[in-house]
Amino acid sequence: MTKPKVATTSLAGCFGCHMSILDIDDRILKLVELIDFNKSPVTDIKKFSERCLVGLVEGGCCNEENVHVLQDFRKNCDVLISVGDCAIMGGIPAMRNGISLKECFQEAYQDGVTVYNPSGKIPSDKELPLLLDKVYPCSAIVKMDYHMPGCPPSADTIWETLVALLTNKPLDLPYELIKYD
Amino acid sequence: MNENLEAVIREICQKYANDSARMMDIVRDVQASMGGVSKVAMKAIAAAVGVAQVEVESVVSFYAHLSSESKGKVVIRLCNDFIDRMFGANRVAETFEKEFGIKFGETTDDGLVSLEYTPCIGMCDQPPAALINDRIVTWLSTDMASRIAKAIKEEGNIDKLNLPNGDGNNSHPLVNSMVHNNLREKGDMIFANFVPGAALKNAIAETPVECIKNVKASRLRGRGGAGFPTGMKWEFTRGADGDEKYVLCNADEGEPGTFKDRVILTEAPELMFEGMTVAGYAIGAQSGVVYLRGEYQYLTDFLNDVLQKRRDAGLLGKNILGKEGFNFDIRIQMGAGAYICGEETALISSCEGLRGDPKNRPPFPAQKGYLGKPTSVNNVETFCAVAKIMEKGAPWFAQKGSTGSAGLKLFSVSGDCKKPGVYELPFGTTVKELLQKVGAEDAIAVQVGGACGITVAPNDFDKEICYDHLATGGSVMVFGPGRDLLELAHSFMEFFEEESCGYCTPCRVGNTLLKRRLEYIIEGKGTPEDLIYMETLGNTIKHTSRCGLGQTSANPVLTTLQNFRSLYESKVKPSVDGLQPSFSLDKAVGLSEEIVGRKSIHHHD
Repeated sequence: MTKPKVATTSLAGCFGCHMSILDIDDRILKLVELIDFNKSPVTDIKKFSERCLVGLVEGGCCNEENVHVLQDFRKNCDVLISVGDCAIMGGIPAMRNGISLKECFQEAYQDGVTVYNPSGKIPSDKELPLLLDKVYPCSAIVKMDYHMPGCPPSADTIWETLVALLTNKPLDLPYELIKYD
Repeated sequence: MNENLEAVIREICQKYANDSARMMDIVRDVQASMGGVSKVAMKAIAAAVGVAQVEVESVVSFYAHLSSESKGKVVIRLCNDFIDRMFGANRVAETFEKEFGIKFGETTDDGLVSLEYTPCIGMCDQPPAALINDRIVTWLSTDMASRIAKAIKEEGNIDKLNLPNGDGNNSHPLVNSMVHNNLREKGDMIFANFVPGAALKNAIAETPVECIKNVKASRLRGRGGAGFPTGMKWEFTRGADGDEKYVLCNADEGEPGTFKDRVILTEAPELMFEGMTVAGYAIGAQSGVVYLRGEYQYLTDFLNDVLQKRRDAGLLGKNILGKEGFNFDIRIQMGAGAYICGEETALISSCEGLRGDPKNRPPFPAQKGYLGKPTSVNNVETFCAVAKIMEKGAPWFAQKGSTGSAGLKLFSVSGDCKKPGVYELPFGTTVKELLQKVGAEDAIAVQVGGACGITVAPNDFDKEICYDHLATGGSVMVFGPGRDLLELAHSFMEFFEEESCGYCTPCRVGNTLLKRRLEYIIEGKGTPEDLIYMETLGNTIKHTSRCGLGQTSANPVLTTLQNFRSLYESKVKPSVDGLQPSFSLDKAVGLSEEIVGRKSIHHHD
């Protein structure tokens, strides 16, 4: 029997949620018995090579590349999960939403105190994805099936969720794993 | 600092005994004399009354009619609620913009005119309507708007237009307004003959406790909409500990589509004041305050004159009607454009000279209200009903209306009907009966209870209007064939987004999210999941908000979802690929393309 496939990605996030995935420690050996990773920073597979059962998405969308990766995940995964607060509601990167995009560019490339940019030009290299007008939560771009809160969600939360999903059992997270005050 | 400015402000503050609780009056007067309340003025006020400058600023920035910047000499506030838009407010707005060469929200360069939109100003029976400074103009047309604009440009006011006065006391020299009463059906209560003093005489013949017993026996419930038993409220207030107690009259009639208090204040103010005086006697209060919405400023001189006449007649003041130790007087507190101040604890905050923030409950106003003292806040119409109960007796009142809702009720009917206006009818009248009276048998929907009420569909027109079925403070808006009910719900959500005081998150953020999702659906970018989302979010707002505004603000969406679901369902379609139709990459990168100066390399959708 082939193992179910799991893909992961970090969009406008800090990779903290991926660190939390790795925090499952030796359970990762058990996990590898349960699943195969497909497209993921863990495997360094860049393009989907097979349809996946689960896609774990860290971070919201701040640029056009994020949008394409996320839409690609939607097309290739049966179940999409927002992992962490940035994916769910934009998180820290979304703090720029109160500032105009023009001001963001000016601060980053022209006026910032540590900026050295004699030409004063805003970079327009095609390698740099264009920023979106604001940072969007994943659910504003594609339909997300589940949301896993936390900054980051703890390793136990991620583990319990994955196991419940893969074994088709109801998920019952103890209060300690989902309280944040 | 400008010495003259300081002197003027000192004088104004002294007029109110440098009492920070009279902040509303102080800033209103400062604005009237200087066109706005500048930072310099705020500093001077703060120094004079002994509060921090930020406290003055918090008041000025809270109310729609107050401003830190100088507005034009003439401020035109055009009502842009749904009813007024149905009757051409948009065309009137265009005319004003063209005539003055500015957009709404702007002031002309010469400082002559500011154009602003305002929510319901209590004139839905004569739309479109606007406030020109404190003056109300109704039944506006584009032609009329041009004439108004020309007069303002030539003379700086609209006096030369000689606008005809309305009926009844609207023509009283102290009112002098073109507002019409549109009093379509009088019952034998509020607009029946009344001899000032008749109710008070009967009240003081009894003990205060007997008086409250009578009000309880009449089964009178609050006329503002929530329907709390009036006698019980008075009993609590009377029983609460406090050396002083207060009677507050809620005349902040701001619920869209309500204008019955306007007609009471114009034609039956004696009855209302008498009811307040009875309340003072019953609960043991010596002072009463009428909190009058800023939009009804045009009635203040008239109302103050009525109060003076009552003092002269011994119906207010010391030893009223010769009753030793029965002292009671009333003052009018002006609001300044804030819907939330109709909520009783926000109203108290405003009377105390603060932002109109609701307060935590408990303690309830009956225990700790105005200035921390036991306070009874009742609606204009409730006080009128009390006076009639005292005059005619509790049984007379109790046998009217329906089982759970005694008495007659005033309804303000507006929208697509032949005879919009005020109707005094018994509780228990069905929607259908009301529609027949107003000439609107072809209605496709009726909004009962204002923006926070229920959108009723034709198959529910047999329901009775009363506290147990369709509750209302009086607002009934009728919509005929062809009206877009999703646009209606959207306009109410816009209203709540604007009027939320911003204190609690469910109301401040939730209403915005709800409105945005509704916009997706109206634009044809919604999915069936959005309907479930709106229901869930709406119920969260309802159950977790701090005051009545948030607890009812989701109703426009929730009740249309319930009663007109097919309208929503015809607009949404499932997303086959799991992508959200409301998101457009083209739109999202457009600004970036402009700033960076290159096109997106990704395909355009």
